[in-house]
Amino acid sequence: MPKREALAVGLAAVVLVVVLPLCNALPADAPFAVSNFTINLFGKFLTYAILALGLDLLWGYAGVLSLGHGVFFGLGAYAMGMHLMLEIGAKSVYQSALPDFMVWNQVTALPLFWKPFHSVVFTLAAIVLVPALFGLAFGYLAFRSRIRGVYFSIITQALALSAWLVFNRNEMNLGGTNGLADFKTVFGFPLNRPGTQRGLYAVTALTLVGAYLLCRWITLTRAGKVLVAIRDSETRVLFSGYSPAAYKLFVFVVSAVLAGLAGALYAPQVGIVTPAKIGVLPSIEMVVWVAAGGRGTLYGAVLGAFGVNWIQSWLTTSYPDLWLLFLGGLFMGAVLFFPDGVVGALGRLRSRALRIVTRRRDRATLDASHLSQATHVASRPPSSDK
Amino acid sequence: MRYRLVVLLSLVAWLAAAAAGHAAPTAPSPEVTQALADLLGEDADRREAAVTVLGQARDPKWLQFLGALREGSVYAWTRAGKTELIVGGTKATRGDQDVIDIVGAYDREPLGTVPLADLKEVPADRRLRLAIKPFLDADETKAQLADPDPAVRLGAAVKLGNQAEAAAVATVEAALQKETDRWVRHALTEALGLIRLAHGGREQRVAAARTLGEIHSASAREALGRLAADPGASPAERGAATQAIRRLERWSLLTTTVETVFQGASLASILLLMALGLAIVFGLMGVINMAHGELMALGAYATFVVQNWFRATWPDRFDLYFAVALPVSFLVAAAVGLVLERGVIRFLYGRPLETLLLTWGASLIIQQGLRLWFGAANVDVSSPTWLSGGVPVMVGVTLPYNRVFIIGLATVSVAATYWLLFRTSAGLRIRAVTQNRAMSSCLGVRAGVVDATTFAFGAGLAGLAGCALTQIGNVGPSLGQNYIVDSFMVVVTGGVGKLAGTILAAAGLGGLTKGIEPAFGAVFGKVAILVGVILFLQRRPAGLFATRGRNAEA
Repeated sequence: MPKREALAVGLAAVVLVVVLPLCNALPADAPFAVSNFTINLFGKFLTYAILALGLDLLWGYAGVLSLGHGVFFGLGAYAMGMHLMLEIGAKSVYQSALPDFMVWNQVTALPLFWKPFHSVVFTLAAIVLVPALFGLAFGYLAFRSRIRGVYFSIITQALALSAWLVFNRNEMNLGGTNGLADFKTVFGFPLNRPGTQRGLYAVTALTLVGAYLLCRWITLTRAGKVLVAIRDSETRVLFSGYSPAAYKLFVFVVSAVLAGLAGALYAPQVGIVTPAKIGVLPSIEMVVWVAAGGRGTLYGAVLGAFGVNWIQSWLTTSYPDLWLLFLGGLFMGAVLFFPDGVVGALGRLRSRALRIVTRRRDRATLDASHLSQATHVASRPPSSDK
Repeated sequence: MRYRLVVLLSLVAWLAAAAAGHAAPTAPSPEVTQALADLLGEDADRREAAVTVLGQARDPKWLQFLGALREGSVYAWTRAGKTELIVGGTKATRGDQDVIDIVGAYDREPLGTVPLADLKEVPADRRLRLAIKPFLDADETKAQLADPDPAVRLGAAVKLGNQAEAAAVATVEAALQKETDRWVRHALTEALGLIRLAHGGREQRVAAARTLGEIHSASAREALGRLAADPGASPAERGAATQAIRRLERWSLLTTTVETVFQGASLASILLLMALGLAIVFGLMGVINMAHGELMALGAYATFVVQNWFRATWPDRFDLYFAVALPVSFLVAAAVGLVLERGVIRFLYGRPLETLLLTWGASLIIQQGLRLWFGAANVDVSSPTWLSGGVPVMVGVTLPYNRVFIIGLATVSVAATYWLLFRTSAGLRIRAVTQNRAMSSCLGVRAGVVDATTFAFGAGLAGLAGCALTQIGNVGPSLGQNYIVDSFMVVVTGGVGKLAGTILAAAGLGGLTKGIEPAFGAVFGKVAILVGVILFLQRRPAGLFATRGRNAEA
């Protein structure tokens, strides 16, 4: 990792993991106090950022655009949500050991697949393994038969639609349209206490830092180089004796696990898990976080997830009609005018500023403008697809 | 329906009254005079008996009178110390008085306009209305059986069959002799069979059961089942009933199959209509147009606007609106498609994933635009009369006209696309650019123009699909979303560059969906289809008909 990035990541990690929770622990009228609402909101954004990291690794580096990551997010969220539902126990509205929605649906015994979620260890394992195994199976079938480019995107979109339809069904015993909600405690800590929320936030922030380091490490290894090569010319990688399918499968599973983790952290902080987080629109929205932030950079994805969601939470409360227009415009703008996202746009702005400075300095000696123009073009990242 | 008939009948009554107004009055029989006097009284039993007397006179004029009595427009009018029954007509207000036109009870002779206060309403309580009903019903059914509209005759025949009253045999037999329409004849035969099955002797029952089996009468299933299980019935009756049931079951298997095939064909046509434009654009430019669904929605809303325009300015030619809406929706969607292509998509050639996101963004904007303009709720598009109803093809199967129309529209669209691609010079250029963009450009084909026109054509097909969808589904801002993923699956399964692939994939997916839906249910059927498509792509990663070449990227 370049020294400057390491410094920035370290600084951001300290702010996110240590400073913000500390400020939240201050009394509400202290000068630097951060409200419980803000810490909760940030916690949600951070889970999105974890997911965006995985998506960026997949799309920005390996050039595989998945329009179905909401499914993996949902798998993690539901795994966590099921445990939280069972933790409620008899404190629910109907004072039954069964989750409330099962009482409504006249389910008398806990379905078999719910039972292991009583165990914390099983739940933690399921959060990682369920998305991983599902991603492995789906990715294996897709990449083995060389489904790529637009075909892959369409198939993942169909996956998102199917999963959404299935999770909406009451007979799946997953709460149907209403999903899982009314959680009371997480691993024994009451959710309505600010300290628990702060702790959850800190865990999320730590996970984000860990995920960032993992993704950065992957991109710096030889495998990371192969991923970029696959993005730029898959055929050439294939003919060079590598197996693009294996690399793509690996990175697909990693991103699925990150999405699952994000979902699992999302569930207790937001307090509700519904199929609405799984469908086609939320899945493709996740892509726009990465696109707007700047793909192929990792930190761009984090910034994008933060920025877009911040705007969303502001627009949907102040001007709800405008949100979809803005989102549509963001898709178009990100593709047409900021192909490398905010990060890339800022970078270009900086290089242009630098160029003007250099030009002034060198005006007397030589005209370097076409030279810097050339470097500018070369410094733009190549497009992700052929 | 019922209400409308009553209104119609009373209208007819008025006209008849006007025509018969000056016929010579005949002295009513003593029973009738007594009955009219009883009606004015308070004794419920005598009043009911009076209704029976009037009804059994089988005189259309008395039946009309009973109808008026049931509707509460019969009044007692006292004139020169003598009270008589009259029928009230139009009410009006003259000065501070409410007045009413009145006519004679039997002859409908106009008796002038009198103040409402001079009249006393003759009440028709529930018991009286119930007593009146059978006389009027029998009369109504008979009138319906003579109606020039076969649909009305059919309805009356079905009703007689359901009621299965022994008294109706003569009516049904008389109607059957005059009837020429195949389906009404069928319903009448069915009604006769049902009546005989319920009331006939043993011989008649055996014959009726056999007939009902032969004509595949589904509504006789229950009655036949009762007869087959009836311990009091003779073995011959039970045998005939059992055999008839077996016939019915075989027939229902056939009708379900025919229906499933038809539904499959109908779904396949919808998929084809949607996927056709998508596939052409995808084949030509490698662009998956995510806004295709919203272009469909635009077509549907264009239909809505045309409909409203017709309703407001040309209501007597309302049925024509759909014929106008078809080209209009094509043009609207094509125009938007053209703007989209020239405005943004052309800057992104060779970058399919970016185009995918871009068109998705466009779709969100169009969708929200429609929502802001027309409101979030579904809008109402009514079918023209020539698309409502259906054509009966066999006993138990009626094909709705709107579905037949969609199958026809899909066929015509495919034929037109084939003609465009393979019989015109524009099509030649499209195929050239599809096969090798760089080479075609070198040979003087203006690829940009080809792209723009093809995209507009594909978008127009989407508009056409949207227009057709207004006839079978809801029209709302998210109309496109409901179908779009399915049509993507068709394109992916069909492969690029060959129309045959799209057609085959649409037929396959449509048929398969409807075929497995009964077993899996709609949702899990869809999931099963997705799994099927993924497994299918294992064998043929580039779809059914991949363009073969020596290019490793293909």
